[in-house]
Amino acid sequence: MLSLKRFNLTDLLAFIVISIGAVFMVAPLLWTLSTSFKSKAEVFALPPVWIPETFHFEKYIEIWEKGPLLSGIQNSLIITVCVTIIGTFTSSLAAFAFAKLRFPFKNMIFLLLLSALMIPYPAVMIPQFILFSEFGWVDTLKPLIVPGLFGNIMMIFFLRQYLTSVPGAIIEAAKIDGSSYFGIFSKIIFPLIRPAVAAQLILWFMAVWNDYLAPIIYLNSPEKQTLQLVIANFNATYAIQTDYALIMAASFIALLPMLIIFLVFQKQIIESVAISGVKG
Amino acid sequence: MKAKSSLYRKESYYGYLFVLAPVVGYLLFTMYPLLYSLYGSFTDWDGLGQMTFIGLGNFKDILADELFYKASFNTIFMMIGIPIEITLALLLAMGLNRKMFGTTTFRVIYYVPVISSLAAVSILWQWAYNGDYGLVNQFLALFGFEGPNWLTDKYTVKPALILMMIWKNIGYSMLLYLAALQSVPKDYYEAAQLDGANSWNIFWNITFPMVKPVTFFIVVTKIIGGAQIFTEVNIMTPTGGPEYSSATVVFYVWKKAFENLQMGYASGMAMLLGLFIFVITLVQFRMNERSSKDME
Repeated sequence: MLSLKRFNLTDLLAFIVISIGAVFMVAPLLWTLSTSFKSKAEVFALPPVWIPETFHFEKYIEIWEKGPLLSGIQNSLIITVCVTIIGTFTSSLAAFAFAKLRFPFKNMIFLLLLSALMIPYPAVMIPQFILFSEFGWVDTLKPLIVPGLFGNIMMIFFLRQYLTSVPGAIIEAAKIDGSSYFGIFSKIIFPLIRPAVAAQLILWFMAVWNDYLAPIIYLNSPEKQTLQLVIANFNATYAIQTDYALIMAASFIALLPMLIIFLVFQKQIIESVAISGVKG
Repeated sequence: MKAKSSLYRKESYYGYLFVLAPVVGYLLFTMYPLLYSLYGSFTDWDGLGQMTFIGLGNFKDILADELFYKASFNTIFMMIGIPIEITLALLLAMGLNRKMFGTTTFRVIYYVPVISSLAAVSILWQWAYNGDYGLVNQFLALFGFEGPNWLTDKYTVKPALILMMIWKNIGYSMLLYLAALQSVPKDYYEAAQLDGANSWNIFWNITFPMVKPVTFFIVVTKIIGGAQIFTEVNIMTPTGGPEYSSATVVFYVWKKAFENLQMGYASGMAMLLGLFIFVITLVQFRMNERSSKDME
């Protein structure tokens, strides 16, 4: 009885500490949202105002005129969708081959690809830039799309792991039935690994969507920039004019798509992240 | 026999076909640029004209470059956040593992910053660190402290960035720990309690060793990531901070390569960074192997 009571007390204590932590986690995000609705006087009010007296929605109209926010969203979407859809196809096909097909030097090739995970992007970004500038691709979306189409080694790695639990007998049976290798992949393997593919796709989507270093190297003209660069420019331009409500409105718009995706696919995202750590 | 070998040849053919795209991608966008970088680091490459071989010239200059040392120091200094983040994340995961009320909600709340765009997060924290009107100083004012102008003071800019990064990333480590804790068999704890072990003993002899592989994974990935900090520095302190006190190595490489067009020099620094990451990762794998052997 005594021990039960003690445990409840620890639970309560843990709950309180975690709740306080949660407040710290949410506060900056709520502050962003609240600032975006404030009048100029309220933005600089001391003590701070958390809930504006009247909600000003003007900034959410102004942002579309004061910077290329819309084209930023479009560019980010084009890059992310192209890369993740095509790249997921090439990655899962390769994962299938690495897990289930027999060919010489298979493991050596796989290890070679894995070594790419150790090579930081800054070590390859300068020649990549020169390469793409010789193609005349600077200030276009191509340098941000094309490398991704060839697949993602992280994704290949996890799908290959996932495929080891698929019995080889299924594939042998399909071969005897006369299925082509691509048929085996599209009719048998892909449906089986779809949940893992979806989880990896979402993670990759978020990584590409939020990328900053590669876009800042390649994209100069405002209408070519991705959403992340557009809001960074909003920040640089309007901070001087102290128009923080405008900056926060633009930032919130930039946060919103991932927030929605996360809340919708919360379970899949959390599970796939957990698996990636435990398996890795 | 003949039919079998032709079948095998067909399988090899398709195997190569299916892995062709990633292999070509690897050669074109990783291997070729890496070797090019390596070669470029021994030249006076400016991205436009001829590349003249200058031997170790760049490396000699880099090792005498005060800003390179500063950027390296800043990068390593900011890794102080890693042990802090890992400790907090493990404590948090242990708390959430108690099957308390609202675990799912907490998991989501702590994870939101992880999925948020780093650019947007940097912008909002820059505003939060504003000396006069920022959220951080207004919070401190509640307790009677007068906070500095965090990002323009050379002593506070790095701690400010560290705090922000912990806030941004803690949910990720927490989630990995939570998954690891949930896979620890319950009877381990029950047996320990029957033996009369106290909470500290249980933590030190069961929990900590059981989550060790995850700790290893987090430390390795955090150091690789920590060595490449760029976005938050670029947005929050576009000039590299007061007296260059927040510039990181990647920030400096980027400046040198794309603003000063000193591509050879920048490649040299990028190679040193790559080498650093490679060596640190290797050492960690070795240490991990050795301590696993000790445990057996």
